[in-house]
Amino acid sequence: MSKRQVYLDYNATTPLHPEVKKALHAALDLYANPSSMHEFGRSVRNRLEHVRQAIADFIGAKPEEIIYTAGGSESNNTVLKIISCARCGGLDFGQGRNEIITTSIEHPSIIQTAQHLESLGNTVHYLKVDKYGRVDVDHFLELISHRTALVSIMYANNEIGTVQDIKALTEIAHRYGAFFHTDAVQAVGKIPVNVAELDVDYLSFSAHKFYGPKGVGVLYVKKAKPYYALLHGGHQEGGRRAGTMNSLGIMGMGRAVELIRSEMEEIKQRLKNYKAKLRIEISKQIPDVTFNGHPEYNLENTLNVSFHGAEGEAILLYLDLEGIAVSTGSACSSGSLEPSHVLLATGVGPELAHGSIRFSLGRETTEDEIDYVLDKLPAVIAKVRKMSTVYSGECK
Amino acid sequence: MSKQNTWLYTDTVKEHFINPKNLLEDEENYREDGRGMVGNIKCGDQMLVVIKVEDNIITDCKWKTYGCASAIASTSMLSEMVKGMSVDKAYTITPEDIVRELGSLPSHKIHCSVLGDRALRKAVEDYFERTGQVHKIKQEQVKVICQCMNVTDKDIAEAVKKGDRTYEELQFRTKLGTVCGQCKEQAEELLHQYIHMYT
Repeated sequence: MSKRQVYLDYNATTPLHPEVKKALHAALDLYANPSSMHEFGRSVRNRLEHVRQAIADFIGAKPEEIIYTAGGSESNNTVLKIISCARCGGLDFGQGRNEIITTSIEHPSIIQTAQHLESLGNTVHYLKVDKYGRVDVDHFLELISHRTALVSIMYANNEIGTVQDIKALTEIAHRYGAFFHTDAVQAVGKIPVNVAELDVDYLSFSAHKFYGPKGVGVLYVKKAKPYYALLHGGHQEGGRRAGTMNSLGIMGMGRAVELIRSEMEEIKQRLKNYKAKLRIEISKQIPDVTFNGHPEYNLENTLNVSFHGAEGEAILLYLDLEGIAVSTGSACSSGSLEPSHVLLATGVGPELAHGSIRFSLGRETTEDEIDYVLDKLPAVIAKVRKMSTVYSGECK
Repeated sequence: MSKQNTWLYTDTVKEHFINPKNLLEDEENYREDGRGMVGNIKCGDQMLVVIKVEDNIITDCKWKTYGCASAIASTSMLSEMVKGMSVDKAYTITPEDIVRELGSLPSHKIHCSVLGDRALRKAVEDYFERTGQVHKIKQEQVKVICQCMNVTDKDIAEAVKKGDRTYEELQFRTKLGTVCGQCKEQAEELLHQYIHMYT
């Protein structure tokens, strides 16, 4: 009997949509360089420009505002590093603007890039968040000034699912003449995202978070906003991103965008119910748990829970033995020995950060799978707590 | 999916993780002769080891932990290793001894197994104190500076001898101060002392 497999780690990555798989198969023989002038190249290029139009429509942008990248990390790096060239001419961040404001709960591709820029002499401020992971607006108003060049705030958090009010935050940034970027890697494909409505200047996302292939994504750059290429050495993307275009990946992403446009609402509604069930049953069946993230402004697919007195990596690996794939904010899982910076920023304390488990659901998740998890989870938590030096509560 | 061994750890580690041996279940009624607790939750793990001893021979060893899979497996293994062992020998068990019995551990996980031997050493010292054998307690020749990563003043001295001159180099080599960061000041002070002494 083969072991049951339940994948609940969709925020890490998603399986390819079967239709995306077909599109990729069909695209495999379109080998020509899309930058070549001959018919071979032109026909591939034509498809990629079609996809660009479709992506632009999807997020409310113009096609020339879409830059293809290798994914979220590259898009995020590119935006932040524009500031490093504020002094090299041609880019107008305005006089004396050399500060970045971001948050303490960003993805490492923002936080570590910001730290790199600090080492180059820029000032970076890290916004505090409340206990639900929402940006502290008073703190933002305190930090923002006419020295602020760029504000970068993630749309939805990968670990706890908290969604920010990007429109309101953008409005504040613009009032001070600062540009606004949002890392929307966890938002695009899960909630409606429209750059015109949000009024953001830059936005990043990645195809593999919504059933497209890995290694391809987008950076939206609003027309006439400052830009400086991260990769030099080619005229691709209008000279904004050198390198032969990833035609296979882009075609896969294009199909994934078409599909998610029509499926998103249905998936959202279904996952909302599953998440509610998971949350209610966990609180019924397991004592001493804390749910992390905002109870209302949250992704429908993400449930982050801390099990008091139980260490996350041990929970993860016992669930893994039952065929259930989740992730944890425990230090031990990452190899870094530091627990989740996101949970620490929300003030839950190291013990609950080490004991946190993230369930992230997706389009292939079934109610039956949720039931299976609920069948296995209480025993796993009881087992880990039984050996815990810090759990004295009652376990079944 | 392939049925090959894709488990993170060796089969022995996995077996001890799935079926941990000698878990301390009825703590209140356990009459231990020695008890040792090390680590703290801030660093992500904590370990309790208790022993029963007859005529300086360990007859039983039980444990509890707030820790990761390799902390669980390595302490389970350690608790098996020490039964029937003299307290004097148990007092000298090193992390390497435990890792050898387990087959291997990922290198960044060795820190976890260190907890088990330290907790055992404290339990043995507690036993020595209770039985009037205080003279056997070795004055700690080394002082743990970084509690999280178990880095001692001796490790810092060694790092300086190997050429480390900055706090960052020291962190890179020893992983000191990479978790809670509380030891930074003390570590920097020692670093300067040793640089004066050895260069």
